[in-house]
Amino acid sequence: MADIAQNPHAAPTFPLWRRRIWFHAGTALLFLGGWIMVFPFVWMLSSSLKPTDEVFDSDFTLWPRTFAGFENYTKVLFEQPYLTFLMNSFIVCAGILVVQLLTAVPAAYALAKLKFRGSTILFGAVLAGITIPINVTSIPLYVGIVRVGLLDTYVAMMFPFFISVFAIFLFRQFFKTFPDSIIQAARVDGFTEIEIILRLIVPSAVPAIAAFSVFSFVAHWNDLYWPLIVVQSQDKMTATLSMLQYQSAFDNDYGGAFAGATVITAPMVIAFLFARQLFIRGITMTGVKG
Amino acid sequence: MAQTASERAQARLAYGLIAPATFLLLLIYVIPIAVVIAMSLTDYTLVSDYYEFVGFENYAKMLSEEPFRNALWNTFVYAAFLMPLSFGLGLVIAIAIQERQQFRSILEVLFFLPVTATLTAMSLVFAALMDSRQGVFNNTLETFGFSGLNWLGSETLVLFSLAIISLWALIGFNMVLFLAGLTAIPKSLYDAAAIDGADGAIDKFFRVTWPMLGPTAMFVAVTNSITAFKIFDTVAVLTQGGPNRASEVYLYLAYLEGFEYFNMGYSAALSLVFLAIIFAFALFQALVIDRKVHY
Repeated sequence: MADIAQNPHAAPTFPLWRRRIWFHAGTALLFLGGWIMVFPFVWMLSSSLKPTDEVFDSDFTLWPRTFAGFENYTKVLFEQPYLTFLMNSFIVCAGILVVQLLTAVPAAYALAKLKFRGSTILFGAVLAGITIPINVTSIPLYVGIVRVGLLDTYVAMMFPFFISVFAIFLFRQFFKTFPDSIIQAARVDGFTEIEIILRLIVPSAVPAIAAFSVFSFVAHWNDLYWPLIVVQSQDKMTATLSMLQYQSAFDNDYGGAFAGATVITAPMVIAFLFARQLFIRGITMTGVKG
Repeated sequence: MAQTASERAQARLAYGLIAPATFLLLLIYVIPIAVVIAMSLTDYTLVSDYYEFVGFENYAKMLSEEPFRNALWNTFVYAAFLMPLSFGLGLVIAIAIQERQQFRSILEVLFFLPVTATLTAMSLVFAALMDSRQGVFNNTLETFGFSGLNWLGSETLVLFSLAIISLWALIGFNMVLFLAGLTAIPKSLYDAAAIDGADGAIDKFFRVTWPMLGPTAMFVAVTNSITAFKIFDTVAVLTQGGPNRASEVYLYLAYLEGFEYFNMGYSAALSLVFLAIIFAFALFQALVIDRKVHY
């Protein structure tokens, strides 16, 4: 019996049937809790298929009485600029991630495996940077971006995140465990340092790089604060920011608004369902970012 | 210090590798922090190029002004609702899942799903669920014979409602961290405790689970405090600080001062106080976790 096997430590004197009832009651409660957690998603999906006047019907039905899913999603995808918003979010997240990896991997390798003056200072700056959120540096960054005339551009949307001090820290810890003897042997064999990074270090660090990539992508996909500050036109609007703007439209077209919300939430949720362990590792390893 | 040729070559190479990161570190962290400190001592506004050095006036203004105290208090009240619940429920759910390995994957998915979801979009769903007339929350309350509540529109309730939304988004995160901590506890400790006479679930929890979870619990508590202190998205989408500033939290106030009213100097001072508080949390974590690891 599964429940007995799971609980080998409980007192033998405690009646078996009572233990079993408690165990199953706990399981039922857990699934009830799980249902509460997914209910907002279910409700959103269900409402996105309904005509506006049905969304707030007092007797909630999972499946719409009048199916308006087709109209709602056609409107969101082809008449409203949601595809542009999604594309903007994707461009920004991908651009940030590429630059983060290109700058963090070499720096982390140098900090982990090479001797140079100033490495302690650099590492100290990296550690200090981890505790500094964007909310603290946003004013000078914004003023700087205004001064160089880059407000409302992709560059402005990505720039503050081009360096991830967390990635440097994480990769350094990971690279440090790579055996020096293999690096020495590769040098003797005539590998250049760039080849060592690309052919030995990076492949060995794939789990850390993948987990970080998921973290970075999710964090910037969901970010509202910085786009709110630097985006001004609808051309550059990100998916999250559009939710803020479309909240006013929300008053008259509920079905459409929730179809929009579904479209914006879907990419990360679907990706999570496909790469569950990677997501869990990626997001939880970075508690520092909250 | 005499260097060999190969050491010098290695150092040269290292500088090449760190150059892009160092350059960006200066532009994105070092210079902005220096500017923010300098700015906090001036009355700089983006609207005019003329500004004066005002010393610590911005900090003095903070202490004397109602909005600052209000925002700090609101953030604190919100955190006081959120943190015990997110910590306690995360822990209880993790322990319950740990004892039911056959359902672990499915339960992990159900509880973790909100963590990845775009909170800005889900906030709109919560606005609808919490609607005072037709929302699911009030329909459910009324089914059980209670009267409906004005979740987001009432000054007394709004911080609690925001905490519920954050709780929904945070529980899965804590659960996964606690599950990792629980998995690392050796089974032999439970066997030893059983021999010593710890039989009930509560006995096991206090004799083995809780002491062994110490570092995890501390990590969860500190990251949750920082997360709680950083609340912004739900306020920006749902309440804009209202009703009547009852949900004007710290970062939202700093955002308004800086980017709506363009009081950059004052907002810079607010940001630095924010950083000092985050630093205090991080320092506390570093000191306490260090001690836990060694005992």
